[in-house]
Amino acid sequence: MQIYLPIAEVSVNAFLLLGLGGIVGVLSGMFGVGGGFLMTPLLFFIGIPPAVAVATEANQIVASSFSGVLAHLKRKTVDLKMGTVLLAGGLVGSALGIVIFNYLKSQGQVELLVQLSYVVFLGLIGSLMFLESLRAIRNARKAGNARVPTRRRHNWVHNLPFKMKFRVSGLYISVIPPLLVGVLVGILAAIMGVGGGFIMVPAMIYLLGMPTKVVVGTSLFQIIFVTAFTTMLHATTNYTVDVVLAVLLLVGGVIGAQIGTRIGVRMKAEQLRILLALMVLAVCGKLAFDLLVMPSELYSIGAVAAH
Amino acid sequence: MLRLLSLLLLLALPAKAEEIVLGLSRDAVAITATFEGSDILVFGAIKREAPIVDDGNLGVIVTVAGPDRSVLVRRKARRAGIWVNTDAVEVDAAPSFYAVATSGPLNEVLSDTEDLRYRITIPRAIRSVGATVPDTVAFTQALMRIRTNEQLYQMLEGEVDLEEETLFRAEITLPANLTEGDYEAHIFLTRDGRVIDEYITTIPVQKVGLERWLYNLAHEQAFLYGLMSLAIAIAAGWTASAAFTLLRR
Repeated sequence: MQIYLPIAEVSVNAFLLLGLGGIVGVLSGMFGVGGGFLMTPLLFFIGIPPAVAVATEANQIVASSFSGVLAHLKRKTVDLKMGTVLLAGGLVGSALGIVIFNYLKSQGQVELLVQLSYVVFLGLIGSLMFLESLRAIRNARKAGNARVPTRRRHNWVHNLPFKMKFRVSGLYISVIPPLLVGVLVGILAAIMGVGGGFIMVPAMIYLLGMPTKVVVGTSLFQIIFVTAFTTMLHATTNYTVDVVLAVLLLVGGVIGAQIGTRIGVRMKAEQLRILLALMVLAVCGKLAFDLLVMPSELYSIGAVAAH
Repeated sequence: MLRLLSLLLLLALPAKAEEIVLGLSRDAVAITATFEGSDILVFGAIKREAPIVDDGNLGVIVTVAGPDRSVLVRRKARRAGIWVNTDAVEVDAAPSFYAVATSGPLNEVLSDTEDLRYRITIPRAIRSVGATVPDTVAFTQALMRIRTNEQLYQMLEGEVDLEEETLFRAEITLPANLTEGDYEAHIFLTRDGRVIDEYITTIPVQKVGLERWLYNLAHEQAFLYGLMSLAIAIAAGWTASAAFTLLRR
């Protein structure tokens, strides 16, 4: 069934959009990532104009994250205090990100920047997570069932001022690192048109030392607000949020997210991490391939920026 | 001198010998939620005061053009191992949709000079001036190639049925990815490649119903529209969560 999207001004198959939303929703629920880093390139691929894809994706992430966070709230795996600190940083970051984005847009190379930042960040985080999870699995095997509780590493993060107690995460750390993580994720989220979960999840695990089971819920919590903020910015400045597209994606997405959250609970943290790492690396590989291999069509048509 | 004289004589003629009378299968195109493209049947007849003069090739050309928009055509080149956009050419005015249908081979029904004058064929319909890149032609060709692949530019040589040198009909298929605006249909009557009559009509292409409402809301009440989008998102997220909780019981 073809459906005409009023803002994107293209006609697409409704079931294709529902399916895409569903698949990305499952992954989103499993890993606590918004799924934007997968969905945004997929939308480009089926012919949605990039500006509309990025803006609408932000709106869709709000829905899938909200659905996911409710499931996590019930299981009490959301650190609301940590989430709020991350959010404060995130809002500052996304406002900064939009300023950077608009500056680069005036320089005419924003597309390249977006692709390069995808490749660099996905590659870096994907390989780090992959190696770490492999080591964790190997260690777990070696130790057998009698797991020796490893002492929490003390790095520079633990020597900063303004300490705060995060009971759900079982942490007593300075608020500066979570704030900075929030800012960084906000900037990247605005530039890359994603929720930023795929950066935040590893940052929370490796940098802040949060337990994996609260990481997913907390990141979803933060993503809801940052993407809602981004949606409003896009809707009021660029008029590129397509609500029909968003509804189709999110109907698939919210159902998928519920299924994904339940699959996620049944899996071991290491397995979950290694799968996420592989997925991140796959997307990174595809984007790098596109940059390196000669495209079949060298030319592209774009709208002329308003003078 | 002789040519000038004949031209003057032609101008002095009281009325056109042959005129177009036109009909359209639809005088407006409505873009609804399930819009999948549309066919427009352009049909008509050639009105004559005198009997048919069989002294040359009579031709009919039908063009349908969407609103002109300026576009930026970018070209990728390899820089430091990766493919990046380097050169760009701004095309001042390119129709968002353009279809040309002719009653016979193009070079028989239309001369180059007349094409230049009336801007009938696709390359002539695109206006590009003030480009700073040496091979501008490659860019406009790329524009035409890409749009032709998307069915936005159509060259329909010989697709106009001309019967008894009097009745003609042509079917133009508008694809689903249309831009809104006033589409102009031109019908040219040619003899020996020269245009002897031109008929212009407008076909408005407009979003209607829900599509219209959402588009207007997004542009005129952007803040409200943004809030509405968020409300829908939150509601959908909550509904799915609640529904799954019920299902599990």
